[in-house]
Amino acid sequence: MGKIITLNGNGAIAEAIRQIKPDVVAAYPITPSTAIVQYVAQFVADGLLDCEFVCPESEHSAMSMCIGAAAGGGRVVTATASQGLALMWELLYIAAGLRLPILAGIASRALSAPINIHGDHSDSIGARDAGWIQIFSENSQEAYDNFIQAAKISEDFDVRTPAMVMIDGFITSHSTENVIVEDDKDVEEFVGEFKPLYPLLDVEKPVTLGSIDFTNYYFEHKRNQIEGIENSRRVILKVADEYERKFGRKYGFFELYKIDDAEIAVVLMGSAAGTGKEVVDELREKGEKAGLIKIRVYRPFPYRELQDVLKNIKAIAVLDRLMSPGAYGAPLFTEVRSAVYDLKKRPKIINYIYGLGGRDIAPDHFKQVFSDLEKLKLNRYKGDVVNYLNLRG
Amino acid sequence: MVTLRELSAIEDGFVAGHGLCPGCAIPVILRILLRATNDPVIVSNATGCLEVCSSMFPLNSWRIPWIHSAFENTAATAAGLESMYRALVRRGKISGNKNIKFLAIGGDGGTYDIGFQALSGAMERGHKILYVCYDNQIYANTGGQRSSATPLGASATTSPAGTASYGKVQWRKDLTKIIAAHNVAYAAQGAPSRWQDLYNKAKKAFEADGPSFLNVLTACPTEWKTDPDQSIRLTQLAVDTCFWPLWEYDNGKYRITYFPKDKKPVSEWLKVQGRFKHLFLEENRYVLEEIQKRVDEEWERLNKLVSP
Amino acid sequence: MTEKGWKELTIGTINLEAGNSLQNYTGTFRSGEKPIFKEETCIHCLFCWVFCPDSAIIVKDNKVKGIDYNYCKGCGICVIECPTKPKSLEMVVEEIYL
Repeated sequence: MGKIITLNGNGAIAEAIRQIKPDVVAAYPITPSTAIVQYVAQFVADGLLDCEFVCPESEHSAMSMCIGAAAGGGRVVTATASQGLALMWELLYIAAGLRLPILAGIASRALSAPINIHGDHSDSIGARDAGWIQIFSENSQEAYDNFIQAAKISEDFDVRTPAMVMIDGFITSHSTENVIVEDDKDVEEFVGEFKPLYPLLDVEKPVTLGSIDFTNYYFEHKRNQIEGIENSRRVILKVADEYERKFGRKYGFFELYKIDDAEIAVVLMGSAAGTGKEVVDELREKGEKAGLIKIRVYRPFPYRELQDVLKNIKAIAVLDRLMSPGAYGAPLFTEVRSAVYDLKKRPKIINYIYGLGGRDIAPDHFKQVFSDLEKLKLNRYKGDVVNYLNLRG
Repeated sequence: MVTLRELSAIEDGFVAGHGLCPGCAIPVILRILLRATNDPVIVSNATGCLEVCSSMFPLNSWRIPWIHSAFENTAATAAGLESMYRALVRRGKISGNKNIKFLAIGGDGGTYDIGFQALSGAMERGHKILYVCYDNQIYANTGGQRSSATPLGASATTSPAGTASYGKVQWRKDLTKIIAAHNVAYAAQGAPSRWQDLYNKAKKAFEADGPSFLNVLTACPTEWKTDPDQSIRLTQLAVDTCFWPLWEYDNGKYRITYFPKDKKPVSEWLKVQGRFKHLFLEENRYVLEEIQKRVDEEWERLNKLVSP
Repeated sequence: MTEKGWKELTIGTINLEAGNSLQNYTGTFRSGEKPIFKEETCIHCLFCWVFCPDSAIIVKDNKVKGIDYNYCKGCGICVIECPTKPKSLEMVVEEIYL
């Protein structure tokens, strides 16, 4: 039996890190993920976690150390946010290309300029094409559960792909909640021992990795790489199933909230889902058929499974906590819209960019979105496809 | 003293079939380096000539475990490997009896410049790795751009000599001293022409109880504009002119490991290289004098550093 | 060499064949000249061996046995570094078979 502990999002991820027993943790402090690193340092100092805890001189070197360590053949963890994740950018691609199961806890935060330390998804979704599995959490409990599952998903021999688990900067990273923390032994048993695959430290069987490919092999290697993240679709569900059976909390590619008979729905990721659900409840009491879809797994994007859900909905608003300058809508919107294109009967779909740099999204804003969706459903919507929520004109 | 006969009996960790230019001295450094320890070696290789030419998929020239991650993170990658090794040995997951050595290797671009921060960090943290820079004083892999190791007066593609310029206007960065200033266990400058000196230094560096660093001059016929057969001679001339003195920093003490019998004028080294050709025009004579002056001053300064 | 399809590749750019560049005959780099070995004058100091960038000097039981032209790129370092008088290695114009 686990126990209920009061933790913030960073603390929840740190607990998960302690329990999965990484061999190497290499991380650099950055707001708002710093506390993850500090907690881990304290665990090590107190003898609660036996790992090599290293403080490199930058996030670039932190991820580089993770790559070296993972290539050596063991479990590796880091944590970062914002500019730190951006500084890791080239290494994120390399970690994925070398198929190293590195785990990263990300407290999503805005990117400069202007500098801002608060939460949005610019950093994490900015890394969407790097080849990592990307799992978003609504709250501390999910952060804890997701991180443990990410280890098992990432290290699966059919997957062997790095994974990052996101919490929203400050909103989740610094909010204290009650979190069920499972017994150390149970988590250890669930995740299992790390199994190396072609480890560099096996000097008896020398291998090389990170070769230069010319035009005759690069394309083949990149296509080969995708197999890992494609296989993760199956493994994510399998691991979620095992997790539910062991610990009783249910996960999938996304969470559906009052969606069965919904005619209008919002699609979003992260902490704003809580507020959204409140508003859905309110609207439901008034008899409106409103629902909410919270995407948990952004990479691989569960387009097929989403199609099944979205086919019965008349009007959809996708809420993005970042912008994609010059694009026709922000990343989650373009992804969802692309998924519904295959449907025979396509729902109408609009985009709201919200919450940049930690800007609040309150129940009233959700109400505005749902009221727009009511109009959209009845072909009376006169607004734009791409909108900004809670932004002064 | 080790003999070449002894060395030739040791199997190669780095084999033929690599694509380095004819006369490139990098493999000569590797030949000596990889034989300087009996323990297994794992290599972290920076982007650069060596990495590209030794790992052209599906081929590779390494009989020992090898990784290339990126350009500027070679020291960090090696430090990650070393950290994992320590973790797994401590947790009893692998045996520590093998005494694995971690070799990070890169050119002057990956070491003096873009990889400088990661190198400094790894040295400061005390990872037990050996970082080797093969210094050909130029970004050779991208076609001869100046680096902070490029000598004053050299014509490089981004510091070209022309009617209004004599080439690179800055002196080179004294990286070996900077690394020594990290109070590492061992740091030294070597040259392939002095193979025995290089072997001794590599041995000390591998066995050092902490981070170690070797800065080894290499010759690049392609970018130095020299005949390929002159490569070893050129590294010796750099040593004999004291442009590239051979010295070491061992447990806090500086020592010069080779004193040229007759210190040659630096122009002896410069005049045989196409990249310095323009310095011998009458209007650039003053640059030659400036270079000689600086070389003399630095040699003198180094001699003063040496512990009595 | 047949090039592999993406399904045949090992995960993560891993190359399991350590040192397989021996298949790559870099002797093709030579442009008109090659060194020849003259055993009569050789003192087997092995300078040619240690300074050859292409592992092309064949040494067995402490003795130079010759040059591996599969890998020799014709740089000529071995000739320059050979200390004997006359030299035990000499650059010659390479016969080209058309």
